Amino acid sequence: MKLILNEEQQFLKDTAKNFAEERTPINHFRSLRDNKDNLLWDKDTWKEMVNLGWSGILIPEEYGGSNFGLAGISVILQECGKTLTPSPLFATGVLGAYAISQYGTEEQKKKYLPQIANGEITTAIAIDESSHHNPLNINMPAVLKDNSYILNGKKVFVVDGASADLLIVVARTSGKTGDSTGLTLFLVENNQPSINVVKLDMADSRNYANITFSDITVQKENILGDVEAGGEAIENILDIGRIAISAEMLGNTEAAFESTISYLKERKQFGVLIGTFQALQHRAAEMFCEIELTKSSIMAAMQGADNNSNELQRLASLAKTMAGETLHLVSNEAIQMHGGIGVTDEYDLGFYLKRSRVVEQIFGCSKFHTERYANISGF
Amino acid sequence: MTQIDSFREEVKQWLDDNCPASMRAGADPETPLDEVWGGRKAVYKNPESKVWLDRMGAKGWTMPTVPSEYGGGGLSKEEVKVLNEEMFAIGAKTPLLSFGIWMLAPVLLEYGSEEQKKEHLPKIIKGEIRWCQGYSEPGSGSDLASLATKAEDIGEHFMVNGQKVWTSYADKADWIFALVRTGPKEPKHDGISFLLIDMETNGVSTKPITLISGKSPFCETFFDDVKVPKSNLIGQLNAGWAIAKALLQHERAFISNFGLAAAVGSKKDLVTIAKKHIGEENGKINNGFYRSEIASHKIKEHAFGLTLQRAGDEGGKASATASMFKLYGTEHNKKRHELMIAAMGTDGVAWDGDEFDDSDKNLTKAWLRTKGNSLEGGTSEVQLNVISKRVLGLPS
Repeated sequence: MKLILNEEQQFLKDTAKNFAEERTPINHFRSLRDNKDNLLWDKDTWKEMVNLGWSGILIPEEYGGSNFGLAGISVILQECGKTLTPSPLFATGVLGAYAISQYGTEEQKKKYLPQIANGEITTAIAIDESSHHNPLNINMPAVLKDNSYILNGKKVFVVDGASADLLIVVARTSGKTGDSTGLTLFLVENNQPSINVVKLDMADSRNYANITFSDITVQKENILGDVEAGGEAIENILDIGRIAISAEMLGNTEAAFESTISYLKERKQFGVLIGTFQALQHRAAEMFCEIELTKSSIMAAMQGADNNSNELQRLASLAKTMAGETLHLVSNEAIQMHGGIGVTDEYDLGFYLKRSRVVEQIFGCSKFHTERYANISGF
Repeated sequence: MTQIDSFREEVKQWLDDNCPASMRAGADPETPLDEVWGGRKAVYKNPESKVWLDRMGAKGWTMPTVPSEYGGGGLSKEEVKVLNEEMFAIGAKTPLLSFGIWMLAPVLLEYGSEEQKKEHLPKIIKGEIRWCQGYSEPGSGSDLASLATKAEDIGEHFMVNGQKVWTSYADKADWIFALVRTGPKEPKHDGISFLLIDMETNGVSTKPITLISGKSPFCETFFDDVKVPKSNLIGQLNAGWAIAKALLQHERAFISNFGLAAAVGSKKDLVTIAKKHIGEENGKINNGFYRSEIASHKIKEHAFGLTLQRAGDEGGKASATASMFKLYGTEHNKKRHELMIAAMGTDGVAWDGDEFDDSDKNLTKAWLRTKGNSLEGGTSEVQLNVISKRVLGLPS
């Protein structure tokens, strides 16, 4: 397995770079935020992304996708991350597409995958029930009654949950909090009155929701994967998501870093460019090295996923830790090195800082993944 | 059978016939293990070390990519990969450690004359001549280009006067490659030449420096009216700085690889040490603070290893990233040793005497030795300067 992009992946990356620069420069996000847009992403822009085939990258060809793999969609998210492009690509194109392609029945695949590929529906995955990500802590009961399951409970911080048409809900069919067994995945269409969706207002102005389910009936044919086997499935889906979101975070990091280096080359104080100061040069050089290490980690993780690596879990935790730590560092240093202008709302840099702290939490922060890495490594 | 397959068969057979038993994995632990550096003054505790070196040297396989006309193996990259794999498969010991191989030979190939290559490369490859590096001086550390050891033109010869410091193993070396000032009036970078000097020449003397580890891998080297033939000049007069920098890139790559290579090997594995000395519960190091620090370090080390791999896959754009590898390789190695001695508690700072295991005492010395890693071959701060200027293009 080589740690470089193949021609196809490089082509997708170049296409996404042009798209982000031309169609969704950072002002695109700024105007959605300023207008308090309901979705916090733009339908027409999403349509364009769908037309480029991006929502079908993880979907097999027979269901209308291109099956280009995780590396393919990750490099697109990386480029979109540079301009903070908001879209359903992560929750739908990665999570929903992967979960159903991997675990769906033939009927489920036939029904939903073409709809995802052609942009008719968006999806979200509802996992956590508290402010700290931990799939083992799932409590929400799904009780078997007359051949169907009744779901009751509240899911929090559902990424793209405020707009998703189809929800993948992880609930407990047996066992207790902390057990990795007894979890089951359900496909729930988000058009029922007893699903209460409350849109969240988060620091990064992206689409999240808390969702309460009151006596929601789910037929057996809407179980995703096997009953009680959801623990393993959800970890696998999450690992794919963690790697993809790490790539987006790398894009955030690269943009904030590039902006900082440019600023060091143009801002003058004491009659000289501030980039001549060694106190700043060395910190910039250290950031460069951290970014290089992060790139390698993500490259290994996404290529590993596409090559069925038996190290997937460890690589996913490596990638999410490195992506989180590096974005954290760079988003802080970028503000400090820009000085006062960096903390003004008029300047774009603050968006990266706010995005950083929210995205660091998605599917496990660096501390969660450092601990997981240690567990997997056997110490 | 393809050509490469038949080459593999050939290598297997040759190793089978020629690699002595004590030079392979699974050798009798009682056999003394030599660190073989070769040279005129070499002493071999285990005669098989010498046999192994001579056989590999005769094949040119200590520098397998160097053309055979200079004594090298003349192998293609693909063949070298096969050689390495087959040596790895039987756990064959590296036959020769050598600054000649790691640093001098690559620049001789690039800058040396035909005569110089024919004269020096075969002796490096066979381990007949051991080289040391004459770069730093008492007044020129990070500011290397300010060096003052002078070489005056006296007709057939240069007359060299001055002092070098931090010359690794100068007391054991046969020859030194040195930076000398040949143009005292030129700007500092434009008056330096790259000169090869036989350590047996009259007026050359060395004095070991004892380090905080108690060991003396470095020397001071003095030049007192030393006559050096002009044919020992590499490249043009006063054009030595470019050669000096090229050599530094090789040196940095070697130091960073060496640091990483040292990180593997079960005997000094951080996790094993931590579990043994701190204790474990259900397979977890049972102190959360140590565990978290070790995990963070392991993650960085993993990411660094992948970065070395990626650089290889990208085709090794060496120069600029060499500084990053030198910086991280050495800083990680220092950190790893700090974590190991901390995990060992008071055993981690044992110095001498029978109350402690040799491996504990050796680790204390190894930890102290790592402090030099981020100084030699350009300090970590110099590497940061190189990255900020050459990679990021920040202004001077």
